[in-house]
Amino acid sequence: MTPLNAPPIDYGAIAPLLIVLGGACVSVLLEAFLPRHQRWPAQVALTVLVVAVAGVTLGVYAGSAPAAGVVTLGSTLAVDMPTLFLWGTLLVLGFGSLLLIADRSVEPGGAFVASAAERLSVGAAPGTTTGATGVDPEHVDRSYGAPGEAPTMQTEVFPFTLFALGGMMAFVAANDLLTMFVALEVLSLPLYLMCGLARRRRLLSQEAAVKYFLLGAFASAFFLYGLALLYGYAGSVRLSAIAEAAVGTDRSDALLFGGLALLVVGLLFKGSVGPFHTWTPDVYQGAPTPVTAFMAACTKVAAFGAIARVLYVAFGSTRWEWRGVLWAVAIASMFIGAVLGLTQTDLKRMIAYSSIAHAGFLLIGTMAITPAGVSSTLFYLLAYGFTTLAVFGVISLVRTADGEATHLSQWAGLAKRSPVLAGVMTFLLLALAGIPLTSGFTAKFAIFAAALSDGMAPLVVIALVASAIAAFFYLRIVVLMYFSEAPENGPTVTVPGAFTTVTITLGVVVTLLLGIVPTLVLDWAGAGGFTG
Amino acid sequence: MSPTNYLLLSGLLFTVGAVGVLVRRNAIVVFMCIELMLNAVNLSLVTFARINGTLDGQVMAFFVMVVAAAEVVVGLAIIMSIFRTRRSSSVDDANLLKY
Repeated sequence: MTPLNAPPIDYGAIAPLLIVLGGACVSVLLEAFLPRHQRWPAQVALTVLVVAVAGVTLGVYAGSAPAAGVVTLGSTLAVDMPTLFLWGTLLVLGFGSLLLIADRSVEPGGAFVASAAERLSVGAAPGTTTGATGVDPEHVDRSYGAPGEAPTMQTEVFPFTLFALGGMMAFVAANDLLTMFVALEVLSLPLYLMCGLARRRRLLSQEAAVKYFLLGAFASAFFLYGLALLYGYAGSVRLSAIAEAAVGTDRSDALLFGGLALLVVGLLFKGSVGPFHTWTPDVYQGAPTPVTAFMAACTKVAAFGAIARVLYVAFGSTRWEWRGVLWAVAIASMFIGAVLGLTQTDLKRMIAYSSIAHAGFLLIGTMAITPAGVSSTLFYLLAYGFTTLAVFGVISLVRTADGEATHLSQWAGLAKRSPVLAGVMTFLLLALAGIPLTSGFTAKFAIFAAALSDGMAPLVVIALVASAIAAFFYLRIVVLMYFSEAPENGPTVTVPGAFTTVTITLGVVVTLLLGIVPTLVLDWAGAGGFTG
Repeated sequence: MSPTNYLLLSGLLFTVGAVGVLVRRNAIVVFMCIELMLNAVNLSLVTFARINGTLDGQVMAFFVMVVAAAEVVVGLAIIMSIFRTRRSSSVDDANLLKY
């Protein structure tokens, strides 16, 4: 019997991942052992510290990383340039979402208040005009809760966020399908729970969690069956082994393409690409807004990072066989997003359909199996992530006494009441629509250029039509905010706390910078290709 | 007996599970159908391990079992919480979010 040799591990390369997952474990322990009133400050400090340290470690490693990338941990993780770029993107977007999640000044106790009854005892949100309970909002605001009292916020959401972030980082780096599956579950399971954490409007929140969970588990079963078929085809689930097996073999193509189809269904579900998008509007609407921001920004990055890696490394050589099908999927996704987005009356649902349309554009980038295709996809993910994060930050600020005012009619005439907020929202919506001088334009331009040079001109024309349709519903909100009469008892705009302000500012600044000087980030995104 | 038969059985079980997810209305039953799909995958993984003559497939089946167990914990917690507020575990009753 041969002795087992432990695989060599490049700790420097995977340190950011280990730090995030280790931090998540520490966060669970804090949750278990700290008294309730100390949890919020401790958890916020810990999670922010963990993400910051992971980011610094990543930066230090990226400075001296080999351009060809490293495959480590028994060839289960590939830390190459796209991985490093996606890790950086995930950490910064995760940092922004954590700040949104931690903010307790926008509504008392934060979005994750311990019980709905809490709201009655602490009164209306600061800045709103109901004032029925007579509790001084200044007193409620930012109080950490006295010992013995019910906590002002449930802090389980912090370890969930860190675990989900760790899963996403492993997902984009996974070099074999089994690691990818485990990472998929590590990122999904906390997300399912996070969707159901809201205590106000809890029926909506729990319904979103059930729908997301059942459909997500259904999709991951498809992913797994695809994995099994590909294992049967190639005798290994390593991405490069699948690529090697696909070249010059007389094995049955049914296993290869059946496996690819099932695998891609699972991945497209996570990326909320139409026609596998049905969960997206419901979950985006029902989940607490900070969680929606996290899902919209980070899950998209993780899912498309993994789709790009699978298509590029494992199926790059057979792309002429499967590309036609993905063309159809991309077209369906763009048109479902753009056309159904027009008919929505709820802002969060509308942004959800916008994310489905954007998923179609991203899919075009991943289909271009060229270095330009990879770098433009990475750039698009970064740009889209920051814009969406800021959009949801802004949405969480417009409130009535019952909570967020997400119905479109409530946004009418908002520019008169709060010109700054309306201006920020307009800028972000223009970025989503892809107007020049915003990151949305440069990102779309990069993707379309890559697709054109890889022979997908008809698809680019269709994508242009779809983005013109989609621009209409973004502009509809802008027109509503500026040129409509405000309703009698409309929502109020809450003055954001420091955390939300930081996130929105970050999103707006990045959106503007990438629109004006995109070359810096484009160079970084194009620094190297996938390694197998 | 040819191992291909096990693959056919696995495909059949997977289909039964998938159809069950689509037609059943009770969240718990839907969830059981998903577990059936995962177990169908385990069967085909083990069969492919036999056909290919490698052990990887059998090890993967263990990974799938562990992940399925974790999924049960999370899934039942979510279904429990919605049952407590609604007194119903039918997926048709959860219909506040639409259009």
